[in-house]
Amino acid sequence: MVNVRVYITPKKGILDPQGVTIERALPALGFSGVSNVRVGKFIELTLAADGLSREQVHAQVDEMCRKLLANPIIEDFTFTVDDGA
Amino acid sequence: MSAGPRFGVVVFPGSNCDGDAYHAVSTFPGVHVEYLWHKDTHLGNVEAIILPGGFSYGDYLRCGAIARFSPIMQAVSDFAHAGGLVIGICNGFQILLEAGLLPGAMLRNTGLKFVCRYVNLRVETSATPFTSACRAGEILRIVVKHNEGNYTTDPDTLARLQRNDQIVLRYVDAHGEATAAANPNGALANIAGICNEARNVFGLMPHPENSVEAGLAGGTDGRKIFQSMIDTLVRQR
Repeated sequence: MVNVRVYITPKKGILDPQGVTIERALPALGFSGVSNVRVGKFIELTLAADGLSREQVHAQVDEMCRKLLANPIIEDFTFTVDDGA
Repeated sequence: MSAGPRFGVVVFPGSNCDGDAYHAVSTFPGVHVEYLWHKDTHLGNVEAIILPGGFSYGDYLRCGAIARFSPIMQAVSDFAHAGGLVIGICNGFQILLEAGLLPGAMLRNTGLKFVCRYVNLRVETSATPFTSACRAGEILRIVVKHNEGNYTTDPDTLARLQRNDQIVLRYVDAHGEATAAANPNGALANIAGICNEARNVFGLMPHPENSVEAGLAGGTDGRKIFQSMIDTLVRQR
């Protein structure tokens, strides 16, 4: 079993209406100097990886991200794999 | 079975405009319409597919992202690639984008609001099976109701859409100008609807199925979209 953490963010240059909204809200609470707010997603999952090489696990997670977890047209993704060792 | 054109409305968990789409088509004399279940793997003998509006799979992850992997979507994709008429309305448009049957993606609206109002739509081309009953430049008044209608794509794809006359509907003001103020959601180039290069797959955010009956709120401008499809199907026989 490995623990996978996937981070999905709006692509550079893609407008992020949620980020813009938060950026406008923070100064109203007294937090000045905030810029470049981007709202993404964080997905955790556990993967049965017995018998799989590190490369195979990474390839599988990469495919998951491309096919479903992220939309490559508007989102970038990165992930980490932790085998708990 | 009716001898007229046969429509299928796909029902996903969370679809909520499926009944309206079914009803809209059924107001045309002689047209047969049936529901298709998302778990089906074949389309029967329908000649046109409607992917209706709603919140398929709760809009979880991204709008349309889960629905596009429904069993029926493989059949819809095969049907589209074989030249069958497919119209995706609102959430149906989002599903077509996620499925790669149309180019681009949807972002959240820029105006911080779920928009629910009438919009003016300029028909950019009548050379599609979905707008053949319209004149190019004609303005349709139809409702939008969505939170993720902010269409986007890369500059190359936008140029290709323009070059190939694939931008079918644009948000415009009462004078027919595609202004920022007339854009309800921030969509790139005021795009409200596009078709694929083969012109048999059409996605739009506004809801023509809510504008089909005289005497009710909503007017009748939506009829022209369905009439175009019916005319096309009859002509193809």
